[in-house]
Amino acid sequence: MKRMRDLLFLSFFFPLLAYAGGAEIVLDRAPIKTTDISSLQRGAKIFVNYCLTCHSANFMRYNRLKDLGLSKTQIKENLIFTGQKPGDLMEVAMKKKESEKWFGVTPPDLSVIARSRGVDWLYTYLRQFYRDDSTATGWNNLLFDRVAMPHVLYELQGEQQLIIEEIDDGKGGKHDVKKLVLSKPGTLTKTEYDIYVADLVNYLSYLGEPHAARRKQTGILVMLFLLGMLGLTYALKNDFWREVH
Amino acid sequence: MSKRLDSFVSWIDKRFPLTANWKAHLTEYYAPKNFNFWYYFGSLAMLVMVNQLLTGIFLTMNYKPDASMAFASVEYIMRDVDFGWLIRYMHSTGASMFFVVVYLHMFRGILYGSYRQPRELLWLIGSMIFFVLMMLAFTGYILPWGQMSYWGAMVIISMIGAIPAIGEPLSQLILGDFTLSDAALNRFFAYHVVTLPVLLVALVMVHIIALHEVGSNNPDGIEIKKNRDPKTNIPVDGIPFHPYYTVKDIFGVVAFLIVFCGIIFFAPEMGGYFLEYNNFIPANTLQTPDHIAPVWYFTPYYSMLRAATVNFLWIDAKIWGIILMGGSVAIICLLPWLDRSPVKSIRYKGPYFKTAMVLFVISVLVLGWLGTKTPTPLYTTLAQIFTVVYFAFFLLMPWYSKIDKCKQEPKRVS
Repeated sequence: MKRMRDLLFLSFFFPLLAYAGGAEIVLDRAPIKTTDISSLQRGAKIFVNYCLTCHSANFMRYNRLKDLGLSKTQIKENLIFTGQKPGDLMEVAMKKKESEKWFGVTPPDLSVIARSRGVDWLYTYLRQFYRDDSTATGWNNLLFDRVAMPHVLYELQGEQQLIIEEIDDGKGGKHDVKKLVLSKPGTLTKTEYDIYVADLVNYLSYLGEPHAARRKQTGILVMLFLLGMLGLTYALKNDFWREVH
Repeated sequence: MSKRLDSFVSWIDKRFPLTANWKAHLTEYYAPKNFNFWYYFGSLAMLVMVNQLLTGIFLTMNYKPDASMAFASVEYIMRDVDFGWLIRYMHSTGASMFFVVVYLHMFRGILYGSYRQPRELLWLIGSMIFFVLMMLAFTGYILPWGQMSYWGAMVIISMIGAIPAIGEPLSQLILGDFTLSDAALNRFFAYHVVTLPVLLVALVMVHIIALHEVGSNNPDGIEIKKNRDPKTNIPVDGIPFHPYYTVKDIFGVVAFLIVFCGIIFFAPEMGGYFLEYNNFIPANTLQTPDHIAPVWYFTPYYSMLRAATVNFLWIDAKIWGIILMGGSVAIICLLPWLDRSPVKSIRYKGPYFKTAMVLFVISVLVLGWLGTKTPTPLYTTLAQIFTVVYFAFFLLMPWYSKIDKCKQEPKRVS
């Protein structure tokens, strides 16, 4: 306990130490539109096919996908592969202990991943896998070094190779620039793959807060009402205050 | 008023001083007629308090104070409870807005010398409300049991443990365990929903009773009670709180709600300042986040905590940090006795006080900003400089407020 406390103190007096490792990578802006229902539907399909086998979304119910314009039967027939009911949560059958044995870590729940990581991070991350024979899975990621997750979408994106170029900075010094180059094409072109990932990230963003669209709609009505009230209460105040000198 | 209502009210009045209280606190409570923008925040603080109490009740109906269920129950509220997302955002935004209005309310007090005689006790009660509010915010932030809830609380708990001699048993008494755990979460839930709200409401009532005893200060910092109408005995610069300030405050409430609802409906995370991104990761007792930052309203004190980096007088640097942090809050209570200026309001104070006030505001803002950053040597030096500025504002006040060249106060409010 005492050691841990000292460690903690150290960690908040000198959090710099924790940052010493990784260099910052500029995140690509995720080209998503949360109002694009068809993109969200495609994203949901990608999610249940590729993600939901290892990652759970334990706080999300299948039938909430009615938000995306899907009927109960559509959800049941196209999106549930586990024999669960539409009212059930998006759980995975994989046991925590097993996944820890296989990957070294339990794949994180994805319910609110878009809220903790941010959509730009996810969009960048899913497009930056490359071949690396030194890791257990044979894959590595430029954004998340030595990530335990293999490149699940490699058949679509193809395989990327890491190229390190030495660049002259013009002042006599040199620094490395890391670049990913497609070495083996996948079934999708680069543009198609980017859209594919954007659809998935769009869905993850929806998954993080399913009521977000409704929240904004309600917000507009509330604001209109309040703006009306502002004028009314200001007039009322002035009416009373006319007598005060 | 109809006859029936009249007789009903008189029936009540024989048993409870309804009309007497209505008069004493509303229709015959005379407030200065020159309240400006800064005087909205007292009533707004009450509004936010009621918002927190009401939304809190509904959150309690669905929240589970259990380390294995807390995070999921919050997401359950956000997704499956009818309007749960709205109630939760009202509560989380309300927590931050509570500090916004209370900070502005306190700033008003410093601006117009509202803590001066005869309002010293009013200021002390207000300071106590502020401490309770900070404890409420701290205990409430733990409840979602995310990474920031857990590790932020760890930092604070480790500070209690660092107090010499009594630290260890005290932290065990508060936590009910040797470390932050399920038992502690249960206790913090109890503090957050019973102990502290009861204290808060009681203190707010005492605050208002004290205010209505001494009467409100005003932007000119002169006592309206000194100038009464000889016939009616009513202060000539006073107007009944109801209806004049009730209608004015209603307008203030609507203006405030536009900001409040704007955040709730369009930016509930407020760019990670009201709801931190890392708090959407369930608490992991084995993994310390890279960067532990408190919520924005605690960042100035956190900066001062980190500003102490040298051991001094046989006392450890971290203990000094805790002393600075505690002192920065506690020193606010002493204001009534630190200010020796012949006038109350900034309007009539001289250049020294005005300069000190500007430096103070800058120091709070810079310290607040630094508290959100990972420290670098430059940032730490900045934090140290502005910690000195912060304390100098208070500790040098008896001197600079006394020798300052003040202007003549007017006889009547302007």
